[in-house]
Amino acid sequence: MTNRPQNEPRRSHGWMGIHRGHRARPAEWLAEKFIFLVSLSAIAMVLLIFLFVAREALPVFFGETNTALVQKPIPPEDLDKHSAAELESYLEITPDQFSKMKPAELRDLLSVKVEEQNDIPENFRNDPDAHINTTEWKYLVQPHKWDNYAKPEYIWQPVGQIKKFNIIPLVVGTLKVTLVGLLFAVPLAVGAAIYVSQLARPRVREILKPLIELLSGIPSVVVGFFALLVMATVLQSLFHYQTRLNAFVAGLALGFAVIPVIFSIAEDALTSVPRTYTQAALALGASRWQTAWQIVLPAALPGVFAAAVLGFGRAIGETMIVLMVCSASVMSWSIFDSARSITTTIAAEMAEAVSGGPHYRVLFMLGALLFAATFVSNMIGDFVIHRFKLKLEGRK
Amino acid sequence: MKKLFTILALSAATGISALAGNITVKGSDTLLILAQKWAETYMASHADVKISVSGGGSGIGFAALQSQTTDLCDASRKIKPAEIQKCMVAFGGARPTEYKVALDGLSVYVNPENPLTELSVAQVGDIFTGKITNWKDVGGPDAPITVYSRENSSGTYEFFKEHVLKGKDFAASAQTMPGTAAIVQAVVKDKNGIGYGGAAYGGGSKLLSIKATDTSPAIAPTEETVMNGTYPIWRHLFVYVNPAQDKGDIAAYLNWIRSDDGQKYVKDIGYYPLPKNLRSN
Repeated sequence: MTNRPQNEPRRSHGWMGIHRGHRARPAEWLAEKFIFLVSLSAIAMVLLIFLFVAREALPVFFGETNTALVQKPIPPEDLDKHSAAELESYLEITPDQFSKMKPAELRDLLSVKVEEQNDIPENFRNDPDAHINTTEWKYLVQPHKWDNYAKPEYIWQPVGQIKKFNIIPLVVGTLKVTLVGLLFAVPLAVGAAIYVSQLARPRVREILKPLIELLSGIPSVVVGFFALLVMATVLQSLFHYQTRLNAFVAGLALGFAVIPVIFSIAEDALTSVPRTYTQAALALGASRWQTAWQIVLPAALPGVFAAAVLGFGRAIGETMIVLMVCSASVMSWSIFDSARSITTTIAAEMAEAVSGGPHYRVLFMLGALLFAATFVSNMIGDFVIHRFKLKLEGRK
Repeated sequence: MKKLFTILALSAATGISALAGNITVKGSDTLLILAQKWAETYMASHADVKISVSGGGSGIGFAALQSQTTDLCDASRKIKPAEIQKCMVAFGGARPTEYKVALDGLSVYVNPENPLTELSVAQVGDIFTGKITNWKDVGGPDAPITVYSRENSSGTYEFFKEHVLKGKDFAASAQTMPGTAAIVQAVVKDKNGIGYGGAAYGGGSKLLSIKATDTSPAIAPTEETVMNGTYPIWRHLFVYVNPAQDKGDIAAYLNWIRSDDGQKYVKDIGYYPLPKNLRSN
């Protein structure tokens, strides 16, 4: 019931008629469905990747892999004396492959297996470690006193006669590097966010914000390269530690990759605190610093926390920097010792792992662990941000 | 319908014959540069043959061989029984054929400032397993040893572990570097460092002479000592092929690689040609 004058020209319907309140046109409908499909495929991708990783890792979770070096050989002529299931597990083949094979081929396989057993060097034959399955959970997470070692130790040495798959040094290495990175990045990034959003003059802000966010545009391999050649040398001459490439250097380099992530989310959180808070504080006689530190930061704290959690997710999944800077799987909490992260391990070792073998399975298991860790941390981050928004908008 | 089948059969047949001139090579990164050199040279004189070479690692090569997505597999280590089994399953019972294509001498690098000139194989082993941690225990200055090693995906790592460390584990504190060049670079920067890798990469570092036993003479890694087997740490580099494929262009190419003509490029890349008696398999 508008009383629009008759002679006013008709208002535009916008591009292709996409405009609130109008009936969808075919092109619009198509575009909408297309975008819907794209977003569906993103969800499908996440699910598929998780299913794939989980499927490859399952035999380790259920203890179906066997790495015992010395096994009781089945001579080829005894083929008929053993059940199909026994032969499948002994020959490490799937039931499907087994059913396709002729008895002659199976005998050939058995003779290769006997050769493999005969190939074991004499000094390993009597080694007690040669008889255990090193992919049992006990050996994956607990220290074990291996032959040639003085005391029980956590060892990741997946290649060789006796394969040692203890994942604890890798978990510790990952946490060590990530924590150093966060301890370095969070104060810097949050400080920068407070300065840029609350204290800086508009002109300074307009220069600083894109500059810090530009950091995220540096490829991590370049950061790693810089850390390997320059930072490692400079830091060693400053702190005089023995190992040139260690978790400390890797953590600092990682910090550079994480700072823009934390900065940009924390800055958003700080900026979205209503102006009325600031104005009220200033009107009551607080200084700008007091306002920023005691009023705005506490109000935005959940958002800043979420920024740190998302930064953690980015740091724990970062591969290239840690791969280039340090990768000895030492079991040590000292940040001046080397470390080897889970991502590094997967990236460096997957290429040579025998497809479908125990090493391959354990690497996928590590991938699943990492997936779970980043998934949970990102969920927490998103959840906290969501709650924070509701709270600021007064809807909760 | 019959006509359609004829067309399909014809196109399949022509497809196969077109593929016959294509050779794919995949596998060891150690062999990658040499394999590319061979492929380029061979293609220059055989216009009808196309050879595509890619790396990824010996394990990747074996995986591709068993899935039959590559014709030739380069490897810097011997095939493992588990991989033989997988190939036999895929090839219908046949084992992959192994060809030795070059020799590689592994050197032990130290910093040029290190006064040490020689070590025995056993001493090198003890240093890399972490049993010896100070240079003074092997006749050097009183300083801790920093050990640099390769990633365990490397064929070089495995070879060194089996033959020099006698199957024992590398010291946990050994720094793993992504490539031989990175090891050399680290050793050049670290005056207490020690590393290992192909003799050809050693530029800037000092190559130690190696004694096979504590009493035998120390031998420097040179072409002569590696080829006559007096230098104690050396290995073969291999190419593996499905025996059913080992005919026609592929067989001709493999023969050329191991001929005098093919072997003369080996030294350009930093490895050593096969001694004459090993060339015909």
